[in-house]
Amino acid sequence: MSTNEALLRVEDLRVAFPSEDGIVHAVDGITYQVHPGKTLGIVGESGSGKTVSSLTTLGLTRLQGAHISGRILFEGKDLVTLPDDELRTIRGNDIAMVFQDPLSSLHPLYKVGKQLIEAVRAHRDVSKDQARKRAVELLGLVGIPDPGGRVDQYPHEFSGGMRQRVMIAMALANEPKLLIADEPTTALDVTVQAQILALMERLQHELGMAIVIITHDLGVVAEMADDIAVMYAGRIVETASVDRIFASPEHPYTWGLLRSIPTLDRPRDEDLIPIPGTPPSLINPPSGCHFHPRCPYAQPEHARIDPALEQVPGAPGHFAACLLEPDVRRRLWAELRSGQTPQEAVADVGLPEAAA
Amino acid sequence: MIRYIIRRLLIGILILVIVCALTFVFFRVLPTGNPALLRAGRDPQPKLIKEIEVVLGLNKSLPVQFWDYLKEFFFHFNLGYSYYSQEAVKSLIVERLPATLSLTLGAAVLWVIGGLSVGIISALRRHSLLDRFSMGSALVLLSVPEFWLGLVFLLLFSSDIGKLRIFPGSGSYVGLTADPWKWFTSLIMPWIVLAAGSAAIYARLIRSNLSETMREDYIRTARAKGLPEKAVVRQGVRAAVNPLVTLFGLEVGVLLGGAVLVEAVFNIPGIGELNYKAIQSSDFPVTQGTVLLAAAFIIVANIVVDIAYAYLDPRVRF
Repeated sequence: MSTNEALLRVEDLRVAFPSEDGIVHAVDGITYQVHPGKTLGIVGESGSGKTVSSLTTLGLTRLQGAHISGRILFEGKDLVTLPDDELRTIRGNDIAMVFQDPLSSLHPLYKVGKQLIEAVRAHRDVSKDQARKRAVELLGLVGIPDPGGRVDQYPHEFSGGMRQRVMIAMALANEPKLLIADEPTTALDVTVQAQILALMERLQHELGMAIVIITHDLGVVAEMADDIAVMYAGRIVETASVDRIFASPEHPYTWGLLRSIPTLDRPRDEDLIPIPGTPPSLINPPSGCHFHPRCPYAQPEHARIDPALEQVPGAPGHFAACLLEPDVRRRLWAELRSGQTPQEAVADVGLPEAAA
Repeated sequence: MIRYIIRRLLIGILILVIVCALTFVFFRVLPTGNPALLRAGRDPQPKLIKEIEVVLGLNKSLPVQFWDYLKEFFFHFNLGYSYYSQEAVKSLIVERLPATLSLTLGAAVLWVIGGLSVGIISALRRHSLLDRFSMGSALVLLSVPEFWLGLVFLLLFSSDIGKLRIFPGSGSYVGLTADPWKWFTSLIMPWIVLAAGSAAIYARLIRSNLSETMREDYIRTARAKGLPEKAVVRQGVRAAVNPLVTLFGLEVGVLLGGAVLVEAVFNIPGIGELNYKAIQSSDFPVTQGTVLLAAAFIIVANIVVDIAYAYLDPRVRF
């Protein structure tokens, strides 16, 4: 990965929100890049900071009184320090976003056409008629039948999947260079999910835009993404190409994510394995490695030492933030992949049993 | 839609009959002064009272009286005659209606504009000094009785007894057609006093509604589109005002039936004042007429609100 040609480069981004209970460190120093025409998948549980980091890219957390530091470089401009009105000309124009819940993301009282026209006219000096033509064209592009008629309907007259298509059409109104899709399929039926993902892939090929897709579901990004960043408690704990993440993941949290998705090649009676525990508090995150309270392989000193995101030896572009030795990790993953439980793997590899 | 409106109108007529019956019961069955007795003067002969009762129809049985009244009202649109002046109640009302209309509609314009603008600014600058000040004042305006506020205004600003003699005082109302400028100036204080309480309610309601809608997902979408903040706020306001429409319809409906207190304080010859005097003198037909008028206004306002809703919110269908 060469850094020069990156379309979006996020460097040591930190976002914190003051709250009544203390400061919420929603994003705690993350770094990633997105290259033109490529897809980055950001994966993590709810509350891992994945949505906040992308909202911050669009400048949408500023209004909520967030403390933001670090840099978000988009085509050479730092979006963290860019004045509001300049940021607005990028929002919905060069960078567009599709949100999780298409049912609540469209204004219920305005016709779909009006909302699309608005998106076009926010950045293009075109007449209402031209913008309307564009709106119809966009609805056709995202596969909505009878776009000429549907353009005059209200959101409640569309199904969930169709509304998400509308949201995508709206995001594409000005042919953005980067599309951020935040859990775009989570609120949808499984069959519709596949359609929406296929649509996004097709549009990416046609329009050549880069995509950041945010999800809690590794299955969603498996087919679409080129690279994957796994987030935990406001940090990226592992990042690599999609093939490496699935073939030789390095971080115990990633293992947990991989083992909790159902696949067709495992026996049907085998239980899915959940990751024990709950995501940590972002106000008082656990000491040391933030994952250690939930990690079956954690050693006593992991509660003190904070791991850095380091390159995996012999694997350029693959980074992980784990205190276990690389060869221990490899052996553990081999055990897990052969169907062992974490406890069996710990015993086989000869790690001292974790205190937790 | 048409069927819905017709159904609502029929229900409205039924409600009017019920209101008629209720006022009838209140004034005939519950102890009030006997209108005949009140009219007969000092130490009347029983014979005279009987005669008056015959003239007023009070000697018939109550159901018959009620039936007579309903018949006249629904088939001849006749509301009867005042026990005192013998004038037709209908013409009394028609005479008074312009004053009440002027008062209510003017105040409505004032409270909508005032309430909404203060509320919107407060919602957008929550917890600012301006917000605290406006919400504090709103609370005060909500709490003070309007007759008291009216008297304070008169003592401060009226041209006869005020400290600063700016506006024409009590009893200065003239019809719009007689002298538009005088009409306007005489109504400034009543408008403000009548609008104050409602403006305060509107300001507080729009503030809380707008604070809520500005957190909706579709507002985030609007921002993500790169719309200017003004356009984003407009979308929030559009969604926040809908619930106020119900309130507005009802309030205007109620006030058209007579803003009794404000009309009394400023001595404006409107429906409220007519009703007030009629109650004082047991002038039953006038009371009945004004109460029916008020009920009719509320019924119509409700129907108008419901129809307006279908236009304001595309999700509402009948």
